[in-house]
Amino acid sequence: MIALSDYLVFGAVLFTISMAGIFLNRKNIIVLLMSIELLLLAVNTNLVAFSSYLNDVTGQIFVFFILTVAAAEAAIGLAIIVLVFRNRKSINVDDLNSLKG
Amino acid sequence: MTFETFIFYLLGFIAAASGLMMITVKNPVKAALWLVLAFIATAGLWILAQAEFLGLVLILVYVGAVMVLFLFVVMMLDINLVVLKEGFTRYLPIGAVAALATFALIYMVVGPDRFGLQAFPAPTPLPADASNTKMIAVPLYTTHVYAFILAAVLLLVGIVAAISLTLRRRPPKEVQYQDIDAQVKVQAKDRFEMIKMAPVVEPEIKKEEKEE
Repeated sequence: MIALSDYLVFGAVLFTISMAGIFLNRKNIIVLLMSIELLLLAVNTNLVAFSSYLNDVTGQIFVFFILTVAAAEAAIGLAIIVLVFRNRKSINVDDLNSLKG
Repeated sequence: MTFETFIFYLLGFIAAASGLMMITVKNPVKAALWLVLAFIATAGLWILAQAEFLGLVLILVYVGAVMVLFLFVVMMLDINLVVLKEGFTRYLPIGAVAALATFALIYMVVGPDRFGLQAFPAPTPLPADASNTKMIAVPLYTTHVYAFILAAVLLLVGIVAAISLTLRRRPPKEVQYQDIDAQVKVQAKDRFEMIKMAPVVEPEIKKEEKEE
């Protein structure tokens, strides 16, 4: 049988992979955004597993809302990337330094 | 190893491997396609965990809409791939160490000691005619209805933000725009004018010309 910990460990694997992706692809803002999507997916997997093993459907409803927020976030993030590329002709994170942060 | 366990490990392996490929490939288009594979495998896992509606929504909304949006944007931008991959090997050690450390920490919390089959026995499978969609829908439209409406407003805000961010007015000498305001406000008197003219008698046409 599949244990709850199997789902949780799978979520942890996915989470750490995408976290490493944020570390490795520090130049490419598109891959950064994709890594964030994968992070949200890992967290959603945990919620779905808990919802199934605790017989409580609220977890799935929460996943539904997270999916909504993630879709809106992806759309706005991509719009900002398009805008940045139009103004700076580059999506390299190092070029976006006008705030001198 | 039952069939379910086999499917679980197969899908989990596919998802983790495509996640690894996504963060290592050079080309963002290939990264997006690997991410699609990771989404599909995870959707299978969700369906295995009796969340059929969300698994299908993940495929329809994420693979069908969000990832296509990603691919559109990646292909629209003219990206210099060499520059973007700089520093990959430089950050590889610290990235790997941080990832492994985080994984070890999470594993210590959610590992089989605390969340194994002894602590959380496997759920009884739902009967074949149980509807996961209905199970989600009833609390969604009753208990969580305000959150649902708020999510709808959030999506509207997302639409407006994305459009207003990327909308670009080019100078009128490049493109000719339709001025809808002016078109709607226009009235008959602006377009059509009655002019008084002195009546002019048409000169008589000569008979011979008329016959010919």
